[in-house]
Amino acid sequence: MNRIAPRPPSFGEVVADVQKRGELVVQPRMGFADPALMRHGLLATRDARASTVGTITLDSYTRLGDHDAVRQALAADAASLNGYPLVDRDPATTGAMLDGVLTPWFPVQVRHGSAEPGRIVRTMVDCGLYATEGGPVSYCLPYSRRPLAVSVDNWRQACEMLAAARAPGREPHLETFGGCMMGQLCPPALLLAISVLEGMFFRQHGVRCISFSYAQQIHAAQDEEAVAALHELIRRYVPDVRSHVVIYTYMGVYPRTPGGARRLLAQSARLAAGSGASRLIVKTAVEAYRLPTVAENVAALEYAAAVAASAVPHRAAIEDTGILAQAVALVENVLALGRDDIGRALVVAFARGQLDVPFCLHPDNAGRTRARLDRDGRLEWARIGSLPIGDLVEPRPAQPLTSEGLLSALRFVERRFDHRPGAPDLVLEAGPDGRDHDHDRDHDRGHSTPQSIFGRSS
Amino acid sequence: MTRGIVNIHTAIPAPAAPAVITAADRIEPRYTALDVIVTGLSSDAHTWNLVYLQLLLEELGCRVTNLGACTPDEVIIDACTGQHPDLLVISSLNGHGRQDGIRLIRALRQAPALASTPVVIGGKLDVTGGANGEAAARLLAAGYDAVFDAGSAAAGEAAGGLLSFRSYLSALASRADAVAQVGAG
Repeated sequence: MNRIAPRPPSFGEVVADVQKRGELVVQPRMGFADPALMRHGLLATRDARASTVGTITLDSYTRLGDHDAVRQALAADAASLNGYPLVDRDPATTGAMLDGVLTPWFPVQVRHGSAEPGRIVRTMVDCGLYATEGGPVSYCLPYSRRPLAVSVDNWRQACEMLAAARAPGREPHLETFGGCMMGQLCPPALLLAISVLEGMFFRQHGVRCISFSYAQQIHAAQDEEAVAALHELIRRYVPDVRSHVVIYTYMGVYPRTPGGARRLLAQSARLAAGSGASRLIVKTAVEAYRLPTVAENVAALEYAAAVAASAVPHRAAIEDTGILAQAVALVENVLALGRDDIGRALVVAFARGQLDVPFCLHPDNAGRTRARLDRDGRLEWARIGSLPIGDLVEPRPAQPLTSEGLLSALRFVERRFDHRPGAPDLVLEAGPDGRDHDHDRDHDRGHSTPQSIFGRSS
Repeated sequence: MTRGIVNIHTAIPAPAAPAVITAADRIEPRYTALDVIVTGLSSDAHTWNLVYLQLLLEELGCRVTNLGACTPDEVIIDACTGQHPDLLVISSLNGHGRQDGIRLIRALRQAPALASTPVVIGGKLDVTGGANGEAAARLLAAGYDAVFDAGSAAAGEAAGGLLSFRSYLSALASRADAVAQVGAG
């Protein structure tokens, strides 16, 4: 393998080439404070038996721009950081960490979650890294308390900075995280709308190579319909950039058994491969317990790639339950608020509750919508608040949400994949008393109450 | 047929065993009419834990102010100073709970009005998963009234501290109740 990059690798080109070969690009989440471990992780990713791209996930102090905290942690106990502190590492250290890692076939994406990405983007470009992800909405509402308008302004500048790094043979890449809002329990139409609107925002500010995300939700057929709708939305609204679709393996409460975790990962790989997506961000078998090791990440990458290689394209006819129509209505409403300044239109839409993410506690999110699972296990609207989709959906009012009911919904996928090994499809019935009998099974495993919400990441 | 987010079941036949939280575990709402502030910490973006805690505390009769995720220390301190809650509940899952939590409690305890406000913290409090219990000891020493460490609780208490948390609430509410009765007498 060529270890010296004749030019910086271009993320979008690499992904497109892999897709042309009929393969799926697989990518880990991975970030270590220790440069040697970070380098090891990148090399192990590159050398995995799969078509991979690399990931450098930054720590959460860097995400917030709290560089005092990063430096204190680096001085005291660097290993206590939960990612690679790109901005505060000496550029020479990062340069040495990356030396020989990047090749024309192995680009690396910087993942961070920041509503203030300016310094991150500047630093990564200085380090020869030209792919990152995020968005003015998707990296503000769930991951920051910054006003949405401030995040929009920050992201506009970041897009312009990234676009300015374009050079012959070097096309900066930006992925919207909008298809992953809240990780779980967000109806697909809203995920797609935010994903596409963020992509349009990126394009408006000069980015020409964009990927559109969608996080695996809870119902395979609904996910297939959503990804098909996403392709259509990209054709309709962002046709003139190099683009691809990236699928995230389920981001909610993860199965605790190795078998359950593998089955869920396999389902996401089949979704990605069968729906024309180009890239998959994987999860590992230990996701429910802790951050994975490098070896666990490699195992997940190789397993996902193997499943994808044997996956068949989805059946031609995909049921239309209205996801595309809802997403179009949400997007068109924002464009009607000002298509020449999508950032501002996004701020206005959220202020009016015309974009409104269920369960999101950010002060700029209206909080008048709510999602629920229907009896088939599909995500649907329980309340639409002021979303402009009143003529498209008939929200069915849910009973007041209880803590137990929320846990039951949050843990729906975990339970299904852990407890029902042989069941490829979901069969559900609504019980008459609203109790979650499945919790009883936890006694067998020594979990006498719902998995701790104190202790459970999602 | 009832419909709603609370009514989703897999088709697995329901065993006759009792549901998750037994009657004995339940805390009478009248004992827990506490004013509670729920919050994440400055570097932690997790939200579902906060949504859940709000619902749980409200079901127990508490009045809850939810400050949400990524909350800067000064926002938490301002809210506590202005509201004088009976309890501040901090939930942290991103592994920075030890350092962020210690920084917060030191600042909080420096405010005279908050010197004795009950403050508890729970979650995944460091990047080791709480394996050595060191995070909990340090947080207690720094001024927390209780620590519910999911990592160190995993062996003894599979709920990751939730049962202990409910017991703590019950005790706190009883104490508040007793104080109120003394005051009334």
